[in-house]
Amino acid sequence: MKLLHKIFIASAFLALVACETDFDNKVTDEGFYNSGSADVSAFVAVGNSLTAGYADNALYKTGQENSFPNILASRFAFVGGGEFKQPMMADNYGGLLLGGNKIAEPRMVLSFDADGNAAPTVLDKTPTTEVSDHLSGTFNNLGVPGAKSFHLAAPGYGNVAGVATGQANPYFARFASSENATVIQDAVAVDATFFSLWIGNNDILSYATSGGVGEDQTGNMDPTTYGGNDITDPMVFASVYSGLLEGLTANGAKGVVANIPDVTTIPYFTTVPYNAVPMDEATAAMVNANFELYNDQVLPLMVGAGVISPEEAALREIEFSAGQNAPIIVDKDLTNLTDILISQGIDPTTAHLVGQLRQANAEDLLLLPSSSVIGTLADPSNPMSIMGVAVPLPDEIVLTKKEQVLVHTAMVSYNATIQALASQHELAFVDANALLRQLADGGLSYDAGMLTSDYVTGGAFSLDGVHPTARGYAFIANEMVKAIESTYGADLPKVNIGEFPTIMPHNN
Amino acid sequence: MTNRFFILILLLFSTLVAYAGGYRVSLQSGRALAMGHAGVGVIDNAEGAFFNPSALVHLKNRLEIAAGVSVVYSTIRFQDEVTGQSEKTHNSPSTPLYLYSNYHLSDKFSVGLSVFTPYGSAVEYTTDWPGSHLVNRIELSAFYIQPHVAYKITEKFSVAAGPIIAIGSVDFNRNLNRTMIDIDGNRSNVTVKASGVTEIGWHASATYLPMEGLTVGATYRSEMIMSPDDGDATFSNVPNSPMTPFKDSKFSAELPLPAELLIGVAYEFDKWTLAFDYNLAFWDVYKSLDIEFADPNIPNSSNPRNYKNSSSYRFGAQYQLKDNIALRAGYYYDETPVQSTYFAPETPRADSHNFTFGGGIDITDNFRVDVAFLYIYFKEIDESYDHYEENGIKVPFGGTWKTSGFVPSIGLTYRM
Repeated sequence: MKLLHKIFIASAFLALVACETDFDNKVTDEGFYNSGSADVSAFVAVGNSLTAGYADNALYKTGQENSFPNILASRFAFVGGGEFKQPMMADNYGGLLLGGNKIAEPRMVLSFDADGNAAPTVLDKTPTTEVSDHLSGTFNNLGVPGAKSFHLAAPGYGNVAGVATGQANPYFARFASSENATVIQDAVAVDATFFSLWIGNNDILSYATSGGVGEDQTGNMDPTTYGGNDITDPMVFASVYSGLLEGLTANGAKGVVANIPDVTTIPYFTTVPYNAVPMDEATAAMVNANFELYNDQVLPLMVGAGVISPEEAALREIEFSAGQNAPIIVDKDLTNLTDILISQGIDPTTAHLVGQLRQANAEDLLLLPSSSVIGTLADPSNPMSIMGVAVPLPDEIVLTKKEQVLVHTAMVSYNATIQALASQHELAFVDANALLRQLADGGLSYDAGMLTSDYVTGGAFSLDGVHPTARGYAFIANEMVKAIESTYGADLPKVNIGEFPTIMPHNN
Repeated sequence: MTNRFFILILLLFSTLVAYAGGYRVSLQSGRALAMGHAGVGVIDNAEGAFFNPSALVHLKNRLEIAAGVSVVYSTIRFQDEVTGQSEKTHNSPSTPLYLYSNYHLSDKFSVGLSVFTPYGSAVEYTTDWPGSHLVNRIELSAFYIQPHVAYKITEKFSVAAGPIIAIGSVDFNRNLNRTMIDIDGNRSNVTVKASGVTEIGWHASATYLPMEGLTVGATYRSEMIMSPDDGDATFSNVPNSPMTPFKDSKFSAELPLPAELLIGVAYEFDKWTLAFDYNLAFWDVYKSLDIEFADPNIPNSSNPRNYKNSSSYRFGAQYQLKDNIALRAGYYYDETPVQSTYFAPETPRADSHNFTFGGGIDITDNFRVDVAFLYIYFKEIDESYDHYEENGIKVPFGGTWKTSGFVPSIGLTYRM
């Protein structure tokens, strides 16, 4: 029996040895990958909603788990990267409560009716993330949804008392280290060896997504006077951005930065075609008759009176025809004729209607929300009040060419700043603008098809039409990895973007 | 001597055969396992009911019973250098059992009843691991109940035959695809479960004793297609959407237990027994694992396997150290039935080298204990499964695989 005993001990030992037979070169072995000249042991990510992992018009758990910094951190973990702590939301629904009252809606989901028609819908759940439930400790992901460049250096931006009045940001208020702490102070306090900075998007995007209702503040160097939908002055941006990098690199940290994509690469601006109104010939004739007075009398009269130029008159002419037509819109860059027309005895309703009226054209961008406005009735009791045909689309859902130029000019300037400072600080640089352009112009192939910017079906953008899906963020993370590899001579594992989810089908 | 030498050469170089791979487990004998699981030509105890029932009629004792158990410790490792993903199964050890009997009705006739588990697989990956769209975990087993009647036609030639009743069960879980989650972020998955699935087959064997000490034999077991038609498919964490109509449903499927042919020869001289077996498993019957759901809204699942017939080549030797102590060692080469680009993670097996040793002690005249140890060595292999589809596009899943295994086994023989 002693022999049997020995045999059993020997067999247990052999079992252990046999089952521990491992790969010759393990991916988890030190040295299999390397971070080159970068030290990624402590990583901090600074930015806006894109850094936070915001998607589907909300911040929620799986979005945070798939944020590009969290994906980057999972890559860094192979080469000595430490813990990456994110200010996690309380649920996977998104939305915020302040003092028990809902101040932000839950995420969007894709609902389907019985006929299989899809409709982006707000998830019917009550948010459980209470802004005043303060999270303690330091965080590695300092992505603050809604933040513009200068907000990152603004004291009090995380003061919960200022959230209700719009003086502070509810997301930063959840985890700011103190009432007066700035985002950049909290980031520097991490004492990171590596950082990511992607900021400036909202400095133009809030203007663009609101159809240019804000102001272009170029020339105004005091951001405290800016409205929420204004374009930040490029000098202010450059000065703030430079300060952020000074702070982040003060301890010798290396990092990666990304520039600002053009709005025309984002489905929020490109999904609704400018000629979204279908019409048959009879209807077109009837609608045109309504604008006869405007086209044939009002406009020539105004040109004759020197109120508008012949070019503006031509731009303002309205004509529908059989087929696809552009809707009529309010363009606040047109001369406002309302008061003159009223003074000429035109009834105020009509005068207001045609005051800054024109038909959209191929150079205008109809924003995503316009798809649920065009063709609806402005006045449900009046079957003639069709939006886009009899009633102009409001200014805030159309980004005109003139507005686009302001956005584009600011973007070009911001991007020049970002690239110059990245180069000056010898940082890894990601041309997000070029990458999103690639997604918009045909897309990028991955193992199960093409990743494109097409709304709902393209896989890259979430249902809000502005923020990426998890797959879109994974794509960005891979591009950041590539930039880090080429700048610092690193060799890091990539992620397979096909393993990341896109949009969520869900019926309330 | 010339004869012996000739036979040695024959044993070492004869065109070879064997069985293996897939979800086949070759652990049917505590004695033979120590000799590379070669036993078709060995006339020794009731374990012949598996290897060659026609040899049992040559046993000297009126009643022979053998029983045993093996403990399978195996680990599958996976890694992908592009993504850094790595995985290691955490299978709990499986314990295939056997029980054989043979009873001489007369000098020419013997009968017996045996139970053994020729097929089985227990693989458990970390839930939601990178290959979870193919398998999270699978537990598959079939045991055979096999009566036999053996008849000695002449002193040198015997045959045996009988029915086989196969009883099988399956418990399989995988995620519905690579990305689907419910609103809370949990991965959508399906479990298919069926048990008590039965099927009838048959076996036949023959033994020839051309000269003193030399035995040749062959055994054939028929193919059986296990067809659960009332299994339960349970869907979990499915999004609430008409686009994902996955409701719990009955399912039907077909899983083949392939036919196998065992040919063997053994030669006994002095204190030595040398054995060689060739096994051929007719795995090419396993084209695809197709699951049909009773609910017409659920698309059926087709999972190409495209196995090929596979051989095993088994060599074993026994040395009678003392009257009551035998030492054994063996080797076998086991071909995988899995073809390139069909390396599904449920059985990502490459060809394997298998090393065995063990021994037996006669405790009394009626009672013997055999122990055996098997070490299974698989080379690292870069392989993939290329037949999973998403949106009609084939999405390969692959990387580097390495499997290893260790099996201790104990067998008891009772004779009177």
